[in-house]
Amino acid sequence: MTSPVVALAGDTIISAHPVDYLIVAIYFVFVIGIGVVARRQVSDSVDFFLSGRSLPAWVTGLAFISANLGAVEIMGMSANGAQFGLPAVHYFWIGAVPAMLFLGVVMMPFYYGSKVRSVPEFMLRRFGPGAHLVNAISFAVAQLLIAGINLYLLGSIIQALVGIPLWLSTIIAAAIVLSYITLGGLSAAIYNEVLQFFVIVAALTPLTWLGLKRVGGWDGLKQGITEGAQNKGVASAAEQLHSWPGTALTGFSSDILSVIGIVFGLGFVLSFGYWTTNFVEVQRAMATDSISSARKTPIIGAYPKIFIPFITILPGMIAAVLVPQIADFKAGQSVAGGAEGSITYNDALIYLMREVLPNGLLGVAITGLLAAFMAGMAANISAFNTVLSFDLWERYVVKDQSDDYYLRVGRLATVAATVIAIGTSLLASNFSNIMNYLQTLFGFFNAPLFATFILGMFWKRMTATAGWVGLVAGTLSAVAVAFLSEDAFGSVSLGVLPLSGQGASFVAAGTAFVVDVVLSIVVSMVTAPKPVEELRGLVYSETPKEDLVDEHEKTLPWFRRTIPLAVIAGVITIALNFAF
Amino acid sequence: MPANTVESRRTHSAGLFDIRNIIGALLTIYGVICLLMGLFGDPETDKTGGPNANLWSGLVMLVVGVAFIAWARLKPVKVPEVKE
Repeated sequence: MTSPVVALAGDTIISAHPVDYLIVAIYFVFVIGIGVVARRQVSDSVDFFLSGRSLPAWVTGLAFISANLGAVEIMGMSANGAQFGLPAVHYFWIGAVPAMLFLGVVMMPFYYGSKVRSVPEFMLRRFGPGAHLVNAISFAVAQLLIAGINLYLLGSIIQALVGIPLWLSTIIAAAIVLSYITLGGLSAAIYNEVLQFFVIVAALTPLTWLGLKRVGGWDGLKQGITEGAQNKGVASAAEQLHSWPGTALTGFSSDILSVIGIVFGLGFVLSFGYWTTNFVEVQRAMATDSISSARKTPIIGAYPKIFIPFITILPGMIAAVLVPQIADFKAGQSVAGGAEGSITYNDALIYLMREVLPNGLLGVAITGLLAAFMAGMAANISAFNTVLSFDLWERYVVKDQSDDYYLRVGRLATVAATVIAIGTSLLASNFSNIMNYLQTLFGFFNAPLFATFILGMFWKRMTATAGWVGLVAGTLSAVAVAFLSEDAFGSVSLGVLPLSGQGASFVAAGTAFVVDVVLSIVVSMVTAPKPVEELRGLVYSETPKEDLVDEHEKTLPWFRRTIPLAVIAGVITIALNFAF
Repeated sequence: MPANTVESRRTHSAGLFDIRNIIGALLTIYGVICLLMGLFGDPETDKTGGPNANLWSGLVMLVVGVAFIAWARLKPVKVPEVKE
């Protein structure tokens, strides 16, 4: 390969032209414009946080999926595609769509009907202050850590673009995100998320099309992957070109264990935990005008989610064949370049953009990436903001103040969260693989929450003490597994258990879930349950059926009703699992 | 009309600030820029592998952008979910 090795002093990875900067600048004019307009409509704190429940389902549905189409989806999934190939699709078809449909069909009526502003608030009403406090704190910490990942990746894009040091680009990125959240709150965030979704699709679609053309179509890609697979340490061509059993992804040697790990660890615990309890996304559905719209929000979001792997994982696979630097790295060489000074799979997408996109489209792609990371981080910070001001500050620190007061607390929390995220972005930059880090965090925070949640919702005997004990024990057990594994905690892990890669985080999450469920049952047996009359709207069997449906929904045509929409999405997903 | 619709008819998502108008405007502008790049700029076919990527992508963005604006014009939304 004769392609020059990059990263000379003062050299940038991406060489943008004035037209590319024009495209980026236009986006920021739009973003700031929306913020200013939305600000004029902020009236009280409920309006600020939930947009006054006035948005139609298709807006919140897209916002729902866009809140998730941030750093993880784009960089993480193209990196996974470059490294593992097709098994990465499990993050979508096993690890997302089923849980999104479950959220819309089963969980959403509870969230919406009980008019809670956050998942911790739901915990408060079901289990009382113990579980609520534990959950609110762990959720706030998780948001700060994940915001750090988004900020780190946003900073690394700015670095690739203008060639300034990573610490400086991170601070600039933080300032940009902060200025737009404080201008308009959730309304602006939702509008921007939808907008960035269209930009990212407009950029990634031609990227995939051109990349595929350059490698000689699907057959050329298969051939390239098969040739590359002959190198030592690379997953075999069969493993890379079939989604099941995905042993390279999980790091398990047994096919059966790998399938169990994917279905139970990723598909059930991590994914249901993430999608059904993560208020970053759930908050979007709460901004709708009816139960029917709230239920349809995640289901409408599931449709784009089904097809996103084709513009995230596929470009990653193409990059590993077409881009010399990524191909050499995959073959086991150390190549200079990238955000960290040497190439990793995380750089796959940026290098593919540089390889195939002409100036103009390149600007659209840069805009899309910047916008996606901003949206992801803004979503983390606004969720943190809600939990801190309503669930922690108002309840445990300073009670009974005016709406105005808590709005001010929220704004201060936003500033503080952004500053802290600069610190947590340093933490994120220490992990060689962002996806491993993120899945590990989800195991700590979401898996126990989901276990407590699902038990509390369907088992009315579960007690308040069991609520917080289960959460604490679940989180601690996941931390213990990550600590004992080979690399889930990076260099801090002890390596006592023979687990590595994303399989380790699946096991940690599974452990958290099982420990939480078992302890909750044991503790419930020896403590007193809540009176049944307090559980209406909180436990499935105690909630009248008419509370869970929107009578207006019957008047809609079938293709706008919740259940048919969910069934169609389910069928498409199953078909895709068979096809690949 | 659903019973839980808010009483006041705010023009929250209507007019110029209907999200469809914002998406439509942005995609239309991007479409025009890419189209012009495709017509007058260097098509950089060594990168794209043949096709004039700016031209075709610009056209598609333009069409989608105009379609969004047309959708917002034809079905202006003040209170969502109420459509005959």
